[in-house]
Amino acid sequence: MKFAQVMSSAGEWLRGEGPHHQVVVSSRVRLARNLRHRSFPGWAKKAERTLILEQIKPRVEELPEMQDSFSELLQDLSALEKQVLVERHLISREHAAKGVGSAVTMNRKQTLSIMINEEDHLRMQSIRSGLQLKNAFKLVDKVDSTLEGKLDIAYDQHLGYLTACPTNVGTGMRASAMLHLPGLVLSDLINQVIQAVNKIGLAVRGLYGEGTEAMGNLFQISNQTTLGEKEDEIIARLTKVIETIIGKEHDARQMLIQKKPDTLWDQIGRAYGVLTYAHAMTSKEALNLLSVMKLGVDLGAFPEERRLPVDELFIETQPAHLQKTSQQKLNAEERDFLRAEIIRARLKLFPKPDMGKVAREPGDDTTSDTNHNE
Amino acid sequence: MLCDVCKCNDATVFLTQILEGKMQKVNLCDACSKEKGVQDPTGFALADLLLGIGAAEEIEKGAPTQKCPVCGFTQADFKKTGRLGCSECYQTFSEGLGTLLKAMHKGTEHVGKLPERAARQMELSDKMRALSDHLEKAVAEENYETAATLRDQIKQLEHEMAS
Repeated sequence: MKFAQVMSSAGEWLRGEGPHHQVVVSSRVRLARNLRHRSFPGWAKKAERTLILEQIKPRVEELPEMQDSFSELLQDLSALEKQVLVERHLISREHAAKGVGSAVTMNRKQTLSIMINEEDHLRMQSIRSGLQLKNAFKLVDKVDSTLEGKLDIAYDQHLGYLTACPTNVGTGMRASAMLHLPGLVLSDLINQVIQAVNKIGLAVRGLYGEGTEAMGNLFQISNQTTLGEKEDEIIARLTKVIETIIGKEHDARQMLIQKKPDTLWDQIGRAYGVLTYAHAMTSKEALNLLSVMKLGVDLGAFPEERRLPVDELFIETQPAHLQKTSQQKLNAEERDFLRAEIIRARLKLFPKPDMGKVAREPGDDTTSDTNHNE
Repeated sequence: MLCDVCKCNDATVFLTQILEGKMQKVNLCDACSKEKGVQDPTGFALADLLLGIGAAEEIEKGAPTQKCPVCGFTQADFKKTGRLGCSECYQTFSEGLGTLLKAMHKGTEHVGKLPERAARQMELSDKMRALSDHLEKAVAEENYETAATLRDQIKQLEHEMAS
């Protein structure tokens, strides 16, 4: 599979059809694994890293899950292509900085991606739409079991899977969900939620993980510890917390409709107005306004069939996607013009917000749960 | 809760570091966390940065000159990067790591997934232990015929374990 194909198909998780998709954008589970008696990528010299890569890559590519996969050495990807993969959460920012001795392989559906020689020799990740941590784990777990039969994986009876960073030792598993929480942000409850989540040993981060800012009212929540707890226990605990947050988000939205309707309509109206008429827009502004539009769709102010263009714009307006689509390198100002142009074109046929619809039928997530297969 | 640094804004970033069983908490507001570079924490330099007083020093008690026999990694390297050199480092630096892991995680023993290979190795070594016990007993009882059979079985098991 070529990079152009990766670019042209959006990946399963972006279509947003998973359970609780109004609040949970995506669920991800990654496992960290290493070869025994080999230096970890950060410590290994180039020759050893290449050797490790040559040992692992064929095993990854021959996985049944990786038929017709996209597989590339990091040095063969352009900076822009790497950034596109980061924006799609298929590789980490750290991995994008790698060159010789590292690689990435992902399946056609973009639900499974395997990084070779990131911080660990193997980082396997599954990403699914909505709240599907269990399903995401099932997939990486299966792949892990297959690879384990072919590679000598570093494992200790007491410490479990051995990883470059002691914070990952044990299960080597990080499960996370990307939550869209405009209701909690607008009602100033978000800090309370973040504090509560932190207190029970879970981490809350921004859009692109560690050390990134929360933009577009998007928050990542993940397990902090990996030793002393079973994989399915971690996932069950995390899922339970996320379900509570989903409830709180819905409560906050209802409160806004009842107590602060004017603030809410103002926000939605402004987002609609600026997005449909602006001629220059930064990616941060776009994300924040698109978030409010998404909320508008959730609440019924915009028709449900308009959900997809809004969801897609979240990714399409990111800097690397913008440049890749336009086939040219653009400076920040040019990007802002192009971004506004793309948004205007996409929202051209978008109807004006209909606040009357909201009061009669407030957004209800339960109707979309029928395909719940967890 | 107020920010520990500026003492005027609400804290939104909470850091907990446990050293030698002593818990140290730092609460920061958005602005101060950015100023201190907490948005991009790299390893344990974080402790130094926030708590001053060379807090990270405490992480490494034990012998400071220790070197991993497999990859040549030292404690100084760990202090610099917050990452280990290879899987064997966990053995080499087990003393210092023990407290660190205890502070970082829910428990100190892995209870999750067991790789098939490791499960099989464990099964085989259990079997080996049982056979060796039997053999010892048989020799003690001067039951040489049984001892010979047991020795054969051990040989075969050794072969299995090596493959």
